Amino acid sequence: MKILVNGAWRETQREELAGALEELGYGGSVVSTAVNGEFIAAALRARTVLAEGDRVEVLAPMQGG
Amino acid sequence: MLQLYQMKVGSRLMLGTARYPSPAVLADAVRAARAEVVTVSLRRESAGERAGQAFWSLVRELGVRVLPNTAGCHAVKEAVTTAHMAREVFGTTWIKLEVIGEEDTLQPDVFGLVDAARILCAEGFEVFPYTTEDLVVAERLLAAGCKVLMPWGAPIGSGRGLNNLFGLTALRAHFPDVPLIIDAGLGVPSHAARALELGFDAVLINTAVAQARDPVKMAAAFALAVEAGLGARQAGPIEPRDLATPSTPLIGTAFRG
Repeated sequence: MKILVNGAWRETQREELAGALEELGYGGSVVSTAVNGEFIAAALRARTVLAEGDRVEVLAPMQGG
Repeated sequence: MLQLYQMKVGSRLMLGTARYPSPAVLADAVRAARAEVVTVSLRRESAGERAGQAFWSLVRELGVRVLPNTAGCHAVKEAVTTAHMAREVFGTTWIKLEVIGEEDTLQPDVFGLVDAARILCAEGFEVFPYTTEDLVVAERLLAAGCKVLMPWGAPIGSGRGLNNLFGLTALRAHFPDVPLIIDAGLGVPSHAARALELGFDAVLINTAVAQARDPVKMAAAFALAVEAGLGARQAGPIEPRDLATPSTPLIGTAFRG
């Protein structure tokens, strides 16, 4: 399945968000996620099922003013 | 001490964490500023680089309170979603709410700002809205549930200081009991001292420190300025006068009478 992760198309074999993040290399990272513009809490990632073409945002702490 | 929602803060100088020459300089600048609160943000994380993880480790080692922002958001929905994401990552209900309305000046979209503030306050966030000096907008933000306001001094990164002195002074006078933090546009320590002298409770500085030739030295200079401005405010400045009044007593002056 192809999903748009942080603006780039990525291929994942996993249907649930938690698994896709693990597969894409985000395992163990402090990140926050949104799917199609909706915030998905960490506790809900295992239950969130992705669909072809979903837009996934994976954000992490960054410098800010 | 300055009361910001449930927290008392000793330092009146808050520091942004962006645009420093290196993480080490950022850490030294935070220490030199004696800042207790620093602003942070959220950005897309690359699984390969994991830049965010390193930054977050650095901030945690500094032992300061973080104030996450919604920088870069231009719509209410974006800002609200970013606030939700920030609350989870940073583990705080504090949010520096920015809804940008205009690209050249990065002026806040105050209509969207009020809408987003209303939503977030109702959800239990402690909102620090980046706003203008507009009194009516300030009223609306307070009515939405904000207990702190962050009026701009001048456009972000411009270094122009307190652009609308009359408007800012009116804001201070109109809301004597609301913590007001000047956010954005200050360029040199005298701007910060002036803000505190006028009765503003704190300042947030980023570019002026981060982009200085010596950020650590500039951070220390801002810390001194803020201390001086607060001290002057507490000491009760004299009122400006148009004409001279002699400082040396005239009684007993030689060659008179």
